[in-house]
Amino acid sequence: MALTKEQIARRIAQELQDGFYVNLGIGIPTLVANYIPEGVNVVLQSENGLLGMGPFPFEGEEDADLINAGKQTVTTVPGSAFFDSAMSFGMIRAGKVDLTVLGAMEVADNGDIANWKIPKKLVKGMGGAMDLVAAAKNIIVAMQHTNPKGESKLLPQCTLPLTGIGCIKKVVTDLGVFDITPDGFKCLEYAPGVTIEEIKAKTAGRLVIADDVKEMAV
Amino acid sequence: MNKVVAGAEEAIKDIPSGATLMLGGFGLCGIPENCISAIVKKGINNLTCISNNAGVDDFGIGLMLQGRQVKKMIASYVGENAEFERQLLSGELEVDLIPQGTLATRCMAAGYGMPAVFLLAGIGTEVAEGKEVRNFNGKDYLLEEAFDADFAIVKAWKGDTMGNLIFKGTARNFSPMMAMAGKITIAEVEHLVPAGELDPNYIHVPGIYVHRIFEGKNYEKRIENRTVRKKI
Repeated sequence: MALTKEQIARRIAQELQDGFYVNLGIGIPTLVANYIPEGVNVVLQSENGLLGMGPFPFEGEEDADLINAGKQTVTTVPGSAFFDSAMSFGMIRAGKVDLTVLGAMEVADNGDIANWKIPKKLVKGMGGAMDLVAAAKNIIVAMQHTNPKGESKLLPQCTLPLTGIGCIKKVVTDLGVFDITPDGFKCLEYAPGVTIEEIKAKTAGRLVIADDVKEMAV
Repeated sequence: MNKVVAGAEEAIKDIPSGATLMLGGFGLCGIPENCISAIVKKGINNLTCISNNAGVDDFGIGLMLQGRQVKKMIASYVGENAEFERQLLSGELEVDLIPQGTLATRCMAAGYGMPAVFLLAGIGTEVAEGKEVRNFNGKDYLLEEAFDADFAIVKAWKGDTMGNLIFKGTARNFSPMMAMAGKITIAEVEHLVPAGELDPNYIHVPGIYVHRIFEGKNYEKRIENRTVRKKI
C-alpha cells in the first residue's frame, strides 16, 4: 500500500535531529510538525519572519498578525522570535537552517527540482522556494511518486520550469525513500506492501536499489 | 519637523499616476489598509507595485487591480487572486515574479544604499535570464539590483511623531526594508504616540526613514487562511 500523506510526513519526521532549525513548506511538509519524535527538539522557521512556530491557535485566539508562510494562523512557542523578511532569507542563505522540507511537481535524478510554474496554466509564483532550494544545506522533497495522470514525478530531467538545480538530496514519496546520488535515485526504503517492481515501473529517472534496501518503518 | 499627517488621503495626495510604489505586507498580514483605500479612491493609475503578494480579489492590492490601477506588479507569489490571473493572462497586466528572498533583499539594498547584491536564488532557472553572473568561491551568483521606488507605504503597530516604527508579530515581514527603501516613505500605524513614549531599544525602523505618519482607522485585518484547533 502506498503511504498516506500523513505517513510520508511521519517518515520525514524521523530525519529530524535534536537542535535542528527546520523550514517546512506548504502541503505535506507542514504535516511533519505533527510527528516530531519524542525527545527531539526542533525550532520551526517560517520564512515570513518567525522562529519558533507553534501549533494552530485555539478557536477564538487567532491573531491576524501571526501567520505562517501559508498564511495560516499559528502560534509561537516559548523562546520564539520575529524578524523581517530580509533577515529571514538571510538566515536561510547563510546556511543557518538545518533542514528544508518542501513539495515538488517534478524532481530529476541529478537533484534538479521544479515546483513553481506550469506554463500557461499555473502562474502563481515561486514565493520563497527558489531562495530555499538554492541555499539550504539539506533539502528533502515530500511528494506523491506520480502525478494525477499516473506519470512519474521522478524524472531523468525536469520538463517544467526549474526552481533550482542540483539541490535536492532526498525524496520521500508514497512509495519509498530515495537519496539522490551520482547514479540517480537510490531507493533506500520501500513503503509497506509496495514492491521494487512497482517502484521501478513508476520511476522514469535513473534508479538504483540500495543493497540494504528495507521496508519503511511508519 | 512635522511628519504627522491627518490621514491616508493627505499622506498619499501627491502620488501621481505612473509612480512606483512599495507596499508592505505578506498576504494580507500587515498591509497598509488605509493607504490602499485612499489610492483606490483617488483613482491614480499606471502604477508599478512592488509587494510580496497581490492581495485577494476584494482586499488589499486586489482592490487596486479591480480598478485597473496597476500597470506592473513585482511580486513573489500571486495566487489567491482570480482578477490578477485574468489580467495577467489577457496581457493587461505586466508581472515580474521574483524569488521572495531576492525581493526582500533588493528592498534592503535600496535602504542600505547599495546599488546591487549577489544572490544565489534562481541560478540555473528562468529567473537568471539576462542577469550578470559572478563566481565566488566556486559558486555562481546573480547580480540583483536594488529597487528604486518613489513611495514606500507600510503599516506598523506603533509609531511616534518622529516616525519611529514598531511592528507586531509576522506583520513586520517586508515593511522595515520597504520603509527604508522609499524615496518618500508613508507609515500608517495602529497607535500613534508622542515622541518619547516608545522605548528606543525596541524601535524596528528609525524615524529617519519615515517621512509621513498617521494613525490609521477601521482596520479590518482580514485573515486569509483561518486555521484553529479545538480545545480538548
